[in-house]
Amino acid sequence: MTLDSPTVTGNRGLVIEEPLIFEQGSPDKCGVDLPEPDDRPDRLGGVARSGPIGLPGLSEPEVVRHYTRLSQKNYAIDAGFYPLGSCTMKHNPRLNERMARLPGFADLHPFQPESTVQGALAAMGHLSDWLLGLTGMEAVALSPGAGAHGELCGMQAIRAALDARGADERRVVLVPDSAHGTNPATAALCGFQVRGIPGNDRGRVDVDAFKAALDDRVAAVMLTNPNTCGLFESDILELSTAVHEAGAYFYLDGANFNAIVGRVRIADLGADAMHINLHKTFSTPHGGGGPGAGPTVLSGALAPFAPLPHIVADGAGYRLVEHVEGDMQPFGRMKGFHGQFGVFVRALSYMMSMGVDGLRQASGDAVLNANYVMARLRETLTPSFEGPCMHEALFDDRFLKGTGVSTLDFAKAMIDEGFHPMTMYFPLVVHGAMLMEPTETESKESVDAFCDAVLALADKAKAGDAAFFTGAPRHTPRRRLDETKAARNPVLRWEPPAPAQAAE
Amino acid sequence: MRYLPLTDDDRRAMLARIGAASVDDLFRDVPPAAWTGPDGFDGLPPHATEMAVERQLSALAARNVAAGSVPSFLGAGAYRHHIPAAVDHLIQRGEFLTAYTPYQPEVSQGTLQYLFEFQTQVALITGMEVANASMYDAATGVAEAAAMACRITRRKHVLLSGGVHPHYRAVTESFLRYTDIETECLAPDPLGVEDLMGRVTAQTACVVVQNPDFYGNLADLSALAAECHAEGALLVVAVAEPVSLGLVTPPGAMGADIVVGEGHAIGSPLNFGGPGVGLFATRKKYVRHMPGRLAGETVDEEGRRGWVLTLSTREQHIRREKATSNICTNSGLIALAWTIHMTLLGEAGFTRLARLNHMKAVEMVEALERVPGLKVVPRHFFNEVMVRLPGQNAAGVVDALAERGVLAGVPLSRFYPTYPELADGLLLCATETTDTADIEALVSALTEVLR
Repeated sequence: MTLDSPTVTGNRGLVIEEPLIFEQGSPDKCGVDLPEPDDRPDRLGGVARSGPIGLPGLSEPEVVRHYTRLSQKNYAIDAGFYPLGSCTMKHNPRLNERMARLPGFADLHPFQPESTVQGALAAMGHLSDWLLGLTGMEAVALSPGAGAHGELCGMQAIRAALDARGADERRVVLVPDSAHGTNPATAALCGFQVRGIPGNDRGRVDVDAFKAALDDRVAAVMLTNPNTCGLFESDILELSTAVHEAGAYFYLDGANFNAIVGRVRIADLGADAMHINLHKTFSTPHGGGGPGAGPTVLSGALAPFAPLPHIVADGAGYRLVEHVEGDMQPFGRMKGFHGQFGVFVRALSYMMSMGVDGLRQASGDAVLNANYVMARLRETLTPSFEGPCMHEALFDDRFLKGTGVSTLDFAKAMIDEGFHPMTMYFPLVVHGAMLMEPTETESKESVDAFCDAVLALADKAKAGDAAFFTGAPRHTPRRRLDETKAARNPVLRWEPPAPAQAAE
Repeated sequence: MRYLPLTDDDRRAMLARIGAASVDDLFRDVPPAAWTGPDGFDGLPPHATEMAVERQLSALAARNVAAGSVPSFLGAGAYRHHIPAAVDHLIQRGEFLTAYTPYQPEVSQGTLQYLFEFQTQVALITGMEVANASMYDAATGVAEAAAMACRITRRKHVLLSGGVHPHYRAVTESFLRYTDIETECLAPDPLGVEDLMGRVTAQTACVVVQNPDFYGNLADLSALAAECHAEGALLVVAVAEPVSLGLVTPPGAMGADIVVGEGHAIGSPLNFGGPGVGLFATRKKYVRHMPGRLAGETVDEEGRRGWVLTLSTREQHIRREKATSNICTNSGLIALAWTIHMTLLGEAGFTRLARLNHMKAVEMVEALERVPGLKVVPRHFFNEVMVRLPGQNAAGVVDALAERGVLAGVPLSRFYPTYPELADGLLLCATETTDTADIEALVSALTEVLR
């Protein structure tokens, strides 16, 4: 079904077909004017490149137009509601961008003498103070580059602590079935075997099964709280006590910290380590998939093992500690240079803007918006669990039973209505999951418009109009794409067209 | 609070609809012992206006010496280049900046197409067949490359050259520390004389080298590649300065199996070292062992060309503990800045930029060679060289030059404080942003301090 008549160009108003850069320009065009290099004898020792690279040449106006047209084919928070559960797509304040671009931050070389970067080290120190103040933890490693990298930091610190106490027999890590895939992948990287823990019918960890799994081979437990079903683990104090009594460590996945920031201190939950996604809780831009940052807070038991570098307040100034000093036992180094500094400045700018009162209000509004979505949709869709949710509302596909419409089809129809779909098929513990996270930066009007659309779509599905869904999306730059073809015969780069065969 | 759209009336109406007494009531699953009231966060300030935050952070920024405000010769893995104004303008378009991973390809064709173009550009300049959609940075990329080589060869021994950036070495050692892979880090090798060929055995999964190496030495790696392949090992080549690939024979043409680069120097300001973008390229036959995200070409229902994320069966969200890596994200926005800058440069600009960098470095080296008490170490280099200041502590010289308003490179003691034989070593780099007056300032300040 094609709704509109085709145009002669394939363009459709504002959506313009854009070829690859390799299909444009010519080798002698250039978008940058550079001075003529001196003609001195080279010192390359005979390893100069021979032959062309094959890069296309475009002038500046052509380049600007290319990327502007590409941008117009993207959905983004700036453009609309983006309830992608577990990803926390909240507004990215532009003050943060301006602050990160101050020459005194952006134009700093990582290896300048310490005396010339005191302001940058102070910014990292202030960020650390905020993170420790909000979590009540003992130490923070700023350098991990993303959430999964922060998990690795925490789990390597745990492994180092186990090694330091000679606990060689502890090689099992317990991970709930509802966990993000990064949890088991991270545990495996640290030389641990992964054992799953089942959930109960309330969407939480089954306390009895959990305790039964704790033995003297268990190194650590990795738990997300609020969990991936959008629920607070109400038995968490009992769980963390049991972990510690069993001689193991408690890793908290901080992916959902945004739901409780300013209200719950992680130290009070008994955590030994937790990564904090600055790009979620503290609003730094997701940038189409990074860069993020995953600073990891550590308890007193793990603090001695924090990776290098460390930021240390030293009298009137700050020091960057890049090598082992005193009795520290860092497990190593996680990243080149000093971590995601540009992301640190943005997050600090956000924290200073919000203040502790604003952060508390933000987690409250995030939870309020999610519960409002739940309240408006619960009669028509099928919520997976009872009770108030935290920052995200989880539904499954029971309401679509017998309609011929899948979670995927439903999501694609939402795209046509102008919304980014919720997270689909995650967590794995419910069938056809739909995880909706509105965040605190959506107005009531915006959340209502979304709920109205979802309810209308659900009615349409139940009324038997399956083709409406299975053919969606129709109003997008591309319709459904053939992912099987992409995987079966991977085309991962542009190749120059083969020269035409001469006719015989 | 300017970022929060709900009004008190909204909140009341929503709570009524939910059937909850208050917002705090929604948190009733939190055990009271774990709850902190509004006054429970000592020492953290309340919210502030945009004007106040800007004032405070600007004051912090003003306490730093911006690298571009003085003659600067710092490199050591982070290179200062001129970034065309269009780059930063384009990456701040909200459709790029505030999108996430392209999970819904029909509304993410912009991101997917630039990642496909990025992958192609990376493959072309490294001389490799395929590249991924980026890693966090080169250091983590080298670590992932070493693990990938072990998966491919089913061997467990990784040999890291002494010429590899010390941070790449440290990150790789840390990353593999708790796996069953053994990493052997050779001693720092400022002269480029270590015998790697003699150490490659039938147990070696890969040899990791850097070109130009950390000390500036440029080498032909073809013989090493051949030796690795004769023993069934892979050659991993790190490139810390991607601009070099506009002038130097690419690692792919020398026989590299995996190339890892730090892309940060193209498109992004120094940012005190991060965020970076790891360039990661390999041979087509190894693609299913490669970590990280991949954009691939396909068609939509109407037969039109389009792009999707592909080969995700390698990744953690599908494979969980059996995944090729625990990585979830890439470095999308920094990859975008990189690809826009590369597109602006094109073939003519990229090769000219590389030549310009080399000529500036030659000019700097010719001037340094006239400074008494200073010895330039590499014979062949791109835009950075190690110099020796016999009898001097290089860190002290750098501090003395900083007081004279010159950022005179990076002392090796910063990386290897326990190697006294490196204490007189200094890394100096020139790029297209270095002008003749900067070089004169460096030479005269050095001459004065070394006198």
